Amino acid sequence: MKRTIVPEIKKELIYKLAQRGCREDDRTLDEFRPISFETDIIGTAEGSARLKLGKTDVIVGVKLQPGEPYPDKPDQGVLMTGCELKPMAHPGFESGAPSDDSVEIARVVDRGIRESGMIDMQALCIEPGKKVWMVFLDIQVINYDGNLFDAATMAALAAMNSTSVPASRFGLGEDFPLPVNAWPVTTTFVKLRDVLLVDPTFTEELASDARFTVSIDDNGHIRAMQKGLKGALIYDEVIRALDIAQKLSLELRTRLQTGE
Amino acid sequence: MLDEIKLLDKDGMRLDGRKLDQLRPIRMEAGVLDNADGSAYIEWGGNKVIAAVYGPREAQPKYLQDPSKAIVQVSYNMAAFSSDERVRPGPNRRATEISKITAEALESVVLTGNFPRASIDVYIEVLEADAGTRCAGLTAASIAIADAGIPMKDLVAACAVGKIDGQLALDLGKKEDNFGQADMPLGFVPGTGEISLLQMDGHMTIAEFKAAMQMCMAACKHIHELQRDALRRRYAVNYADMSEPEAEQ
Amino acid sequence: MFGCDAMADDVQRTDRVIVVPGEQVGDSELKSGNGTYRKGDLIFSAQLGIVNFRAGFVNVIPFAGKYSPKPGDSIIGIVQDAGPNSWMVDIGCPYPAFLHANESPWKVEFGATTQHLNVGDVVLAKIGQVDETRRVNLTMKEQGLRKLNTGQIMKIVHTKVPRIIGKNGSMISLLKEHTGCRIFIGQNGTIWIDGELEGMRKASAAINIIDRGTHLHGLTDEVRAYLNGNPPGNDDERM
Repeated sequence: MKRTIVPEIKKELIYKLAQRGCREDDRTLDEFRPISFETDIIGTAEGSARLKLGKTDVIVGVKLQPGEPYPDKPDQGVLMTGCELKPMAHPGFESGAPSDDSVEIARVVDRGIRESGMIDMQALCIEPGKKVWMVFLDIQVINYDGNLFDAATMAALAAMNSTSVPASRFGLGEDFPLPVNAWPVTTTFVKLRDVLLVDPTFTEELASDARFTVSIDDNGHIRAMQKGLKGALIYDEVIRALDIAQKLSLELRTRLQTGE
Repeated sequence: MLDEIKLLDKDGMRLDGRKLDQLRPIRMEAGVLDNADGSAYIEWGGNKVIAAVYGPREAQPKYLQDPSKAIVQVSYNMAAFSSDERVRPGPNRRATEISKITAEALESVVLTGNFPRASIDVYIEVLEADAGTRCAGLTAASIAIADAGIPMKDLVAACAVGKIDGQLALDLGKKEDNFGQADMPLGFVPGTGEISLLQMDGHMTIAEFKAAMQMCMAACKHIHELQRDALRRRYAVNYADMSEPEAEQ
Repeated sequence: MFGCDAMADDVQRTDRVIVVPGEQVGDSELKSGNGTYRKGDLIFSAQLGIVNFRAGFVNVIPFAGKYSPKPGDSIIGIVQDAGPNSWMVDIGCPYPAFLHANESPWKVEFGATTQHLNVGDVVLAKIGQVDETRRVNLTMKEQGLRKLNTGQIMKIVHTKVPRIIGKNGSMISLLKEHTGCRIFIGQNGTIWIDGELEGMRKASAAINIIDRGTHLHGLTDEVRAYLNGNPPGNDDERM
């Protein structure tokens, strides 16, 4: 990402507000921005969703096609997650090969889905060792205002849940819904000096020292984590974040499942 | 194979029930993205295309800067999930060509002399493709540039005309595009009568070309009206008075 | 999926008609003003905006677009780079503006620019000169022009600046009075607010109301009501 300059007085204001438990958009420190989403928006995709988290706007499409399994997992489907941070979404994004930011986002989203066993990969085996379903999960960001980790994960979950495996198109029997077993929800924090904020906006991200993402499954267990940026966290902060994430993930999961 | 697929029924109706000179349903909206300086979304038949504009901003890299005018740069891209077969991310020859001709078509209407050394960057993202994406992209990009407040002579409207089962037909659908005998995308500026984009592949007589152009220019006039309407709708409220030049602090 | 609204049927309700690029706005009787171009005898709009007739000119006041710097304009900028004897300042126009050390209020030794202004600092400056390729020089040599060390800044479209100021400065006075803040509105659409945290929040919320405001009349009343403690825009579905 190209360097974006945030005025020093803006950073100072964000911190001062945070010290008092407030934010520029009137949220509390552990509150998500408004979330809205719709599914089945792309006719050419087997599953799709568009999700808005505040002004962050993400479209996820799922494509499936038969392919060869990995040799070490001959009876399991294959999940490939890609993320594109196109210059359409933010003046700081550049054209060309995927940036390290986009690779990190794709891998963190992928990890939460994979490690939680969200998709029953064995149900995606067509012929062991020879043919399995390849699931392509493509994340397209169309407007970026911070916290892509959570926005992309939620959009991915919604898209996966709306996915139908196109078996009939490939002469492999009847179409069936993608088997979804778990709902791994991520919560992302940033740390400004000594304060933790949930679901940072772009400006808050730029003003912060460290970032922390945790994926929580249906049982409240941890499925993936990622610490980012140059600053450091201390143990107590991680514990505090996990506690908040556990609570928030319950609510987020219900909203995604009920579609509200 | 070509002969086996009938694209017109005995009454001369097309596969999707359209008449030969009928457009698919089109819906446009201006101002759909927050960060971009201007943006537009278009649904055209099964096509879903979004266009975003940034600029005028300093052209990068610097050697691209023209001290006499702004340059227009377009990046047309098909999303991975936009077609039945997954599209591999990254540039390809088709996208590069479409980006180039779209930029040239837009540059002919933008008043680039107002912004020396600057670049107007247009990003066209095809979310769902159903034949005619370059026309939908150019049409949306025109709206997005106007939405960004960038001075321009007029909007470019685009549409394709083709030939199916030996007959001229407007705005080809996917099957018609695949199995027809000709396809001709046109970018047209109704106000000035200028043609700013023209491509053709297939087979047409000169007489057919003339008729095709008439059909397509008429359709572009209609599309142009839809573009104007989308822009007006964005601000169709009781707009508060913005002109108080005597205001002082 | 982007929720295209039904076509509004009140497009023509205001006496100020919305025009789009390429639409005719005048004939040989008039002179071609801002946001328009002439072709033959006729004048056409070059921008999306509203038509305005003034002193024989027809202008289009655009709804959007980048700030176009004019000599003498007071602006607020953000320092984006520092050289040995100058700074580059983002003023929201297509190109960064140039501020030479000699045009600053300080005596700057060669190479010591960042002792006075660093990347991310906010300045109140004036447009000095603009050359024909739109290169911009800034000056901070006049009284009151300075680095802004406290407070916060926000951005609006520069064409809405007159709205925030209001007729004879009525709106900005109202804001200052009710929030206890110092407020300065740059011609480039960047606004500086300084005061107590609560006052700044109130001021920026009120400016957002004005910025979003779609009401031709009663905007001042709406803002006054908000500043007096009534929640904004209950009739606004977007809230």
